[in-house]
Amino acid sequence: MGMIPARFDYRQAGSVAEALQLLASCDDAKLLAGGHSLVPLMKMRLVSPSTLIDISGIAELQGVTDAGSVLRVGALTRHRVVERSQVVAQHVPLLAHVAGLVGDPQVRNRGTIGGSLVHGDPAADLPSVALATGATMVVTGSGGERRIAASDFFVDFLETAVGPDEILTAIEFPKRTGAGFGYEKFVRRSMDYAIVGVAVQAGEQPGIALVNMGSVPRRADAASRALASGAGVDAVAALAADGTNPPEDLNANADYRRHLASVLTKRALLAAGYR
Amino acid sequence: MSLIGAKVLRKEDPNLITGQGQYVDDLAPAGCAFMAMVRSTEPHARIVAVDTSAARSMDGVLAVWTSADIAGLPARPSSLPGMDMPLIAGDAARFVGDIVAVVVATDRYTAADAAEAVIVDYEPLPAVASLAQALAADAPMIHPVLQGNTVFFQDYTEDLSAEFAAAPRTASLSLVNNRCAPVPIEPNVVLADWGPAGLTVWAAFQAPHHLRNTIAAFFGISQDTTRVIAPDVGGGFGAKINFASEIFLAAALSRALSRPVKYTQTRSECMVAMFHGRAQEHKVDVAFDDSGKILALKVQVTQDQGAYPDATGMGLPVLTTAMSAGCYKIPKVAVSWRNVVTNTTPVAAYRGAGRPEASYMIERVIDLVADETGVDPIEVRKTNFIPADGFPYQTHSPLAVYDSGNFAGALDELLRHVDYPALKAEQAARLADPNAKLLGIGFSSWLEIAGFGPPGSLEAFGHLASWESAQVRVQPDGSAIIYTGASPHGQGTVTTFAQIAADQLGIDFERISVRHGDTAVIPQGIGTMGSRAVAVGGEGVKTASTRVFERAKKIAAHLLEATEDDIVVENEEFHVRGTPSKSVPWSQVAWKSFQPLELPAGMEPGSLDATVFQQVPNFSFPSGAYCCVVEIDRETGEVEIRNMYLVDDCGTVINPMLVEGQVHGGVAQGIAQALYEHMQYDESGVPRTATLMDYLVPAAPDLPGYVSGRTVTLNPSNTLGAKGVGESGSVGAPPAVINAVVDALSHLGVKHIDMPATPQKIWSILRGSK
Repeated sequence: MGMIPARFDYRQAGSVAEALQLLASCDDAKLLAGGHSLVPLMKMRLVSPSTLIDISGIAELQGVTDAGSVLRVGALTRHRVVERSQVVAQHVPLLAHVAGLVGDPQVRNRGTIGGSLVHGDPAADLPSVALATGATMVVTGSGGERRIAASDFFVDFLETAVGPDEILTAIEFPKRTGAGFGYEKFVRRSMDYAIVGVAVQAGEQPGIALVNMGSVPRRADAASRALASGAGVDAVAALAADGTNPPEDLNANADYRRHLASVLTKRALLAAGYR
Repeated sequence: MSLIGAKVLRKEDPNLITGQGQYVDDLAPAGCAFMAMVRSTEPHARIVAVDTSAARSMDGVLAVWTSADIAGLPARPSSLPGMDMPLIAGDAARFVGDIVAVVVATDRYTAADAAEAVIVDYEPLPAVASLAQALAADAPMIHPVLQGNTVFFQDYTEDLSAEFAAAPRTASLSLVNNRCAPVPIEPNVVLADWGPAGLTVWAAFQAPHHLRNTIAAFFGISQDTTRVIAPDVGGGFGAKINFASEIFLAAALSRALSRPVKYTQTRSECMVAMFHGRAQEHKVDVAFDDSGKILALKVQVTQDQGAYPDATGMGLPVLTTAMSAGCYKIPKVAVSWRNVVTNTTPVAAYRGAGRPEASYMIERVIDLVADETGVDPIEVRKTNFIPADGFPYQTHSPLAVYDSGNFAGALDELLRHVDYPALKAEQAARLADPNAKLLGIGFSSWLEIAGFGPPGSLEAFGHLASWESAQVRVQPDGSAIIYTGASPHGQGTVTTFAQIAADQLGIDFERISVRHGDTAVIPQGIGTMGSRAVAVGGEGVKTASTRVFERAKKIAAHLLEATEDDIVVENEEFHVRGTPSKSVPWSQVAWKSFQPLELPAGMEPGSLDATVFQQVPNFSFPSGAYCCVVEIDRETGEVEIRNMYLVDDCGTVINPMLVEGQVHGGVAQGIAQALYEHMQYDESGVPRTATLMDYLVPAAPDLPGYVSGRTVTLNPSNTLGAKGVGESGSVGAPPAVINAVVDALSHLGVKHIDMPATPQKIWSILRGSK
C-alpha cells in the first residue's frame, strides 16, 4: 500500500529525437519530466510503466522565448521559472500568476508546464490558463511538429491529444500584454488542488476557463461568449457552470461546485477589470 | 538563578535539525530483512483462501506467513477476550487494513512486490460502517460473543427525571465527535533482532518499558533478555502507546528467520492501520433556569471502538463522562456510555483521549444555554464556574477530584486580550452589510484531567504501575546524567528535565545530559502519555536531584570541615555561607565521592547516584480559556480563523518556549478537528479519506497566529507545581472554533453544526436561509 513502485527500467534521453526513438522502441513506456504527477501514481501502483524515459535533461525544451506575437514556453520549463519570468509577467501575466499558485515551492521547483498539461488533470491549474488565453500546443512526433489548439487538446479524463509516440515540446501563448486577468482558486487547504478554479483573460479575445468542473479541463463557453458580447459580470458569472458536469467528492457536490464556479467567475472578472 | 521558567533552547535540536537524529528507520544492521503487509481491502469478509505460492517463489522472499503460521502465538495484547485482534486475520477480516498475510524479503522493494503477489480469496460479509448501522435491529455482527455490537453498556448513573421535570427550562443536543487519524510524521516503525542472547526491539513507541514487559509476556521469555529501544521518535499523539501487531510480527519473524527484521509503515497503511481517535456520539440533556444557571445534566456517550475493542480505547468514554461537567458546578450530573464495534479501524488514545470530547460537549452546552436564555456566553460561564476557593472539588465521578483551578481568573485574563464589546459591535455592523463577511466569536473555558500518576490510574490500562522512574547520577568530573522512564517523542524532555535537575543540583545545565528510551540503560519506567512527563517524571527528577544534592553537601561539608547546614552552592562551587573563600568545586566533590578515604564516616563511595519511583497522590487538572474569532464568507461558506486567543493554566512553567510549542501544536490539531479532519467511511465500510489528499491535515498557512496569555495555579500534587500541557490545546480549541462558527450563523437559527465545519456544510445552511 503506497510508497513503493513496481519494477521499471530507466532510460535518459538527451534530445527530442532520442526520446522519440526510445518511445517507439519501448513497449508501455512513459516520459518522465518533473515526475510530480507520474511518480505518485507509480507509488500507488495505479500506473506501472515498464520503462521511464527521462527527458528532464533535454535543454532544447527549456525556457521562454519571445517569438513575436506569441511567447513560446518550452515544455520542460519548471513552474518556478515561469512564475519568475519577467517576459511572461509582461506578456502573459495570467500565466505567471497561476504558475505561482501551483502546489507549493517544492512542487514548483520540480514540476514542468508541459508535464502538467499533458497529464490532463481537470483539477490542475495550468490547463485553464492555456484555455483562457487560447494557447497552442506544439507536439513533436516522428513525422515532425503538429500544432493543436488548447480547446482541442484535452480529450478525456487524464487524456490529451498527444499520441503515444509523440512529445509535447512547447506551448505558444498569444501575447496579452497590458490586458487584465483574474484567477480564483477555491481550496480547502493551501497548496491543495482546486476544488473549483476560474481563469479569466481579458482583452480582445477574452476567455474564461474552469478548473475541476468536469472530467476534462474546459472553457466556460457560454460565459466566454457572453463576455465577448459585452454582458455584465453578474450575467456572465451566472453562465459560468452552463453545460458542465462537475464531479462530486467529499469536499463538494455538483451543486456546490456550480455555485462556486459562478462566485469565483464573478470575482475573477472583477479582478480582471470588468464591472 | 533558577532555570525553572527560563526560555532555554532545546538540547535536542542541534541533532534533529541537522539530520543527525536517529529514528528506527535509520537503523540497518547487517543481514536486515524487510517486512511488508498484505492488508484486507474488504471491510468485513470471510477469508476463504490465501494463495502465497507466487510470493513464496519470488527471488529474495524469505517468508510469507498467514494466520496458520502464528498458531502458537497469542492475539494482539490489549485485546478483549472473545473479541481478540489476531496478529494475522484467520477466519475473517474485520476492517480495511486488517493484516491478512505478512511477507519478509531481503529488501523493501521485493517485499512490496511479494505482498502484491499474495492472492486473497474473500467472501464478503455484511458490514457495519457506522454506529447507527451497528446499533440497528438485526445489524450484522462482528464478534459472535457479543450478541449484537455493544461491548459494554453503562446506564445513566442516576435518574434525573425529577430534576428535569422541575426545571424552568430544558434543552437537548446531539453531537458527533468526528473520528480523527493521529498522523504523526513518523508512522509505526519497528526493527526486531532475536539472537541467541535475547531479543532487542527498536520501536517508534511512547512507553518502551511497557512494551518490554508486554513483549516478554507475549513470547513467554524473560525480561532480562528482552530489550526495547525507542530512539528518536517522530511524534505519537497517543497512537504509539498502542501495541501495533507489526511489532510482535517483526519479533516472531526475526526469531523464525534468525536475522533482524524491519518494518516501516507507509503513509497509506498508517492511515488505516494506526488506531484512530475520538469517534464518539453524544446525546445531551440540560436543565437550567432563566439566568443560565445549570441545574442538571444528562450525558450519554456512544463510543465507536472500531473492529476490535482495545483495552485502552474502552476507557475513552469513561474519561469523557468523568469530565463531562467541565469547569462548572452542576448540582446533578448523570452519565451513561456504551462501547460499540464497527467494521472500521480500531479506536484508542489520540491527543487528549476522551477529554477533548468532554470539553467540546460541555462548552457547546454552555453556548446552547446562552442561546436559549439570551444571557451572554461569558455570563453563563461565570454563573456556573466552580469558584476559585471551591477546591478540592469532588465531581460526580469518583475518578475526578479537581485539586485546583481559577476558571474565572483565566476568563478574565482572556478578556484582557479580547476586546469583546468591539467585536460584538463589528459583528452587528457586518450582519447589516450583505457584502461583508459574517463574524463569529466563540469561547471555551476548558479543563482536562492529566498527569496520569496516582496509584491505580495506569494499572487500569494494563501498565505495571503509575509512578515514573528517575535516576540522577553524578559523574566523577561533576557532570550529571539523568535517566528517565518517561521516554519522549518530541516533547523536549531532555531540555526540561535538565532544567529541573540543574536547579536542584547546582550543576551547569550544559553539563547535564538526559537519557531515555532504552530499557537496558533505564531498567524501569512507565512512559510519556496523558500529559504526565513533567508532572510525574519531572517531579521524580527533582526528588532524585535533591537526594543527590543533600549527599554532595555532606561531602562538601566534610572536605571544608564545616557543618552541612552552612553549605551553599554557587557557580558550581560549594562554600560555607558567608565565607566564599572557603570553597570546594563541584568537580572535586564529585571526584572524591568515589574515593573512600575522602568520604565522611558512614558514606559509601558512589553515593551521588539516586533512583526514585516518583508517586503522586492525584491527577492534575490543566485548564484555560480560549477565544476564537472567525469570519465566514457568505458566498462560499468558507470559515477563516481571524484570531485565536489562548490563556493556559498548566501550573508552573518549566520552559515557556516549550509550553507555547505544546499549546500551538495542540491548538493546531484542535482547529484541524473543528474545520478540516474527518476520517470517513462509505456505507459499506470502505475508508474514503485514507490518503493525505483526502484526509485534510491543515498546513501551516491554514492556521492563524496565536495570542497567548497565562494564569498560574499551582498543582498541589507535586512540589514543582506543574500540571502538564501536552494535550491542552486539543482539548480547548475545538469548542472555541465551533462556538464561533455557530455564533456567526446564529441569526439564521443555527444552534449547532457538527465538526468539521466544512465550507459545503455552511454553504448549505446559508443557501437554505435564502
